[in-house]
Amino acid sequence: MSFSVLAAEAVSGVSTRTHDANWFLENAWIIPLLPALSFLVILFFGKRMPKKGAEVGIAAVGISFILAVLTGFAWIDHRDNFELDGGHAEHAIVADGSTATDQLILTADAGHAATHPYVAVQNSTQWWQSGGIQFDAGILVDGLSVMMLFVVSLISLLVHVYSTDYVGGDRRYTHYFAFLSLFTASMLFFVLSDNILQMIVGWELVGVCSFALIGHWWEEKPNSDAALKAFLTNRVGDIGLLVGMITLFFAAGGGKTFDTITINENIVQGTVGHTALVVAAVSLTAAVMSKSGQFILHTWLPDAMAGPTPVSALIHAATMVVAGIYMVARLYPVFFEGMQIGGSSINLLATVGAITLVFGGLLAFVQDDIKKVLAYSTVSQLGYMAMALGVGAWTAAVFHLFTHAFFKANLFLGSGSVAHAVHSFDMKKDMGGMRKFMPKTYITFIIGSLALAGVFPLAGFWSKDEILVGTGGWGLFGGTGGNGAYTLHLTMGMIGAALTAAYMTRAVYLTFHGEFRGDTHGHGDPHESGPRILVPLYILSGMAIVVGFLNLPAGLQGIPESWQERFGHFIEPSGASYFPGIAHGTPSWSLAIVSSLIAFAGAGLAFLYYFVWVDRRSKHAGESLTGLPNGLTTTNAIARTGHKVLVNKYYLDHLYTGVIAGFTKGPLARAANWVNQNVIDGTVNAVGESSVRTGTLVYEKIDQGLVDGFINGSGIVSDATGQELRRMNSGRVQNYAAILFAGAALAAGVFVLLLAL
Amino acid sequence: MLLNQFLLLAAVLFCLGVYGVLARKNAMLVLMSIELILNAVNINLVAFGALNDDVGGSVFALFTIAVAAAEVGIGLAIVLLMYRNRRSIDLTQVDLLKG
Repeated sequence: MSFSVLAAEAVSGVSTRTHDANWFLENAWIIPLLPALSFLVILFFGKRMPKKGAEVGIAAVGISFILAVLTGFAWIDHRDNFELDGGHAEHAIVADGSTATDQLILTADAGHAATHPYVAVQNSTQWWQSGGIQFDAGILVDGLSVMMLFVVSLISLLVHVYSTDYVGGDRRYTHYFAFLSLFTASMLFFVLSDNILQMIVGWELVGVCSFALIGHWWEEKPNSDAALKAFLTNRVGDIGLLVGMITLFFAAGGGKTFDTITINENIVQGTVGHTALVVAAVSLTAAVMSKSGQFILHTWLPDAMAGPTPVSALIHAATMVVAGIYMVARLYPVFFEGMQIGGSSINLLATVGAITLVFGGLLAFVQDDIKKVLAYSTVSQLGYMAMALGVGAWTAAVFHLFTHAFFKANLFLGSGSVAHAVHSFDMKKDMGGMRKFMPKTYITFIIGSLALAGVFPLAGFWSKDEILVGTGGWGLFGGTGGNGAYTLHLTMGMIGAALTAAYMTRAVYLTFHGEFRGDTHGHGDPHESGPRILVPLYILSGMAIVVGFLNLPAGLQGIPESWQERFGHFIEPSGASYFPGIAHGTPSWSLAIVSSLIAFAGAGLAFLYYFVWVDRRSKHAGESLTGLPNGLTTTNAIARTGHKVLVNKYYLDHLYTGVIAGFTKGPLARAANWVNQNVIDGTVNAVGESSVRTGTLVYEKIDQGLVDGFINGSGIVSDATGQELRRMNSGRVQNYAAILFAGAALAAGVFVLLLAL
Repeated sequence: MLLNQFLLLAAVLFCLGVYGVLARKNAMLVLMSIELILNAVNINLVAFGALNDDVGGSVFALFTIAVAAAEVGIGLAIVLLMYRNRRSIDLTQVDLLKG
């Protein structure tokens, strides 16, 4: 096992500089190991434990969380105090050929970076090797992975605690916790992987676990269908992943190494052909589209709501769907160079993200299921992240991933809390007026919604604003720089902000305001959830308020400089050898104000529509919401058409099941059948028949005639000989004696003759 | 030296023995015939030993007599068992190993 700090010069994959990195950074592999062990323990011994295995899962993830926090502190120390030379001169063995790149980083970011460069910690061991290619297993610890460790372990811990109440008494309670542990372990394993082979393994593990958890209640057909859909849709993208990773292995790894850092470094240095990078980037984008729910492969994500709500929170906040975003962030040079993010004004990733964020947001308006609203909201927010990565706003995307994890987990767990009380997810039929029954859930849900809508100063405001800044499309009052003028994407982002605020207003109204429409079946009014549900909600809503301050924009007046862009400072590998030189946009007050106003306008319109107009009509008609006649969508033709398109989810499911699967099942299957029956079967039959004929011939002539004849002949000869010889064997001792004497006499005669000669 | 006479006697004795072994039905007589053959050989050994003034021939004859005693012991035991089982020592009836 080699402990090495990979500095900029490790182009050949051979680390040329060792350094005693912090214990927590070098041994971060324990963090995924604990939940993985807990999976096995729960699986084999869980049912016999007093709490049915939940305590093992919580303990394992809890320890992982503590380790992740300590790793975070270790990383902060490492980031600020690591020195290339000087203090660790005795370890600084500079190999030949490294000077040039050293200067490259040293000059890339003068000042701080010159003395304290961004250096990732890598700890890998040889797994096996074949044909001169070494397959490593190891961890890569830098700001990005440390951040992910923190997010995944925290959200997972809260989800574990929440689940003890939420799925309490379930028939597969132990099984549920086992897979929760494995899910967490897989995601932690994925974010720590230091080579692309390991990433593929983690990626698929996450997919399998989500399959198992989405289909947790598989007795009902829609649930197992949803699990299958999630899995199969992801398989489509996985083809892209494999193609992309293989391309990278050969083009950027030289067909020799899977090491992420080496691959990234080779791309950053421009030694990799552009065509290969385009292929890799486009293929990997397909993988992102399926895993991270980007338009048109997002269809599995809302259906994945069939799983238990805590699982949805885990999938949407910390694991699974952010895997795609993480993969792009980890292999960023591939996309930055392959899609020429620094130069052109339009590229696949940014455009897919922009379309996703608007179209996903629109779909959230027509959902009656509160979890589906949140699911489409996740689709839309993931669109933001993909778009941010596509326009070169790396830190903004990762920061949005970070903040989104908290408020989206908050919202999902909040919706679960409500559903726990009314035993339904249908906002229109079974909810309404819940703020009276569940004031604590209501407050946390409101905080989460405000954060999601991007209201100042909650978390979503800062990260969303950074993404908009990062597009570099804001030309007013001095402009914002960035990697190019992505004005179109800025506009889409603005529209998305308005949509987000509006659909969350709708969801809040339908769930918590108005009159209670549900039927409690004589159980009295719904009541507030217990502490195991509320405490995670408090923690998450608290995080949703404060985490935005981690990355206050640079250049903000009245705030000490050491408070600005802390997140970016510790997370973004700027100046590191494996990261492209991205440009940063300059924050702009005017953009922040305008985007806030747009969000408020969206929220305001929705407020007027639902809180005032619908509310009044509902009261006036004395009807519940579902019975309201003559809404906007029934009176206005355009609105009706739009509504119908949205209800049918842009007909994408029809496209997949009806057209694509239908064509496959219908004409294509029939044609294939014809070809099968006539061409392939014909050939096969002809081959078969001629084989039979040849075989018969061989059997009759050669086998029966020649071979058997030979065998039988030898048998017959032996038999005849034996028949002759048995006469000698009379059984009479005197006959034998006679033969003996005759033989002796013969021998004696011969002897005498020989002597005489 | 009367070697030829001795050899002639031994040859006659040997032929008588062989005839007895092959022609007799009685197992006892066959055993006695075998003794005749052995003693024919003994006469030869002693005769050649005397001719060459060598005591080795006589020693060999003594060995042969000892071995013949053992052989007759076994042979008589076999004949005895044969008689017990079959009430007969007719060799022509003993053909269980007929192929």
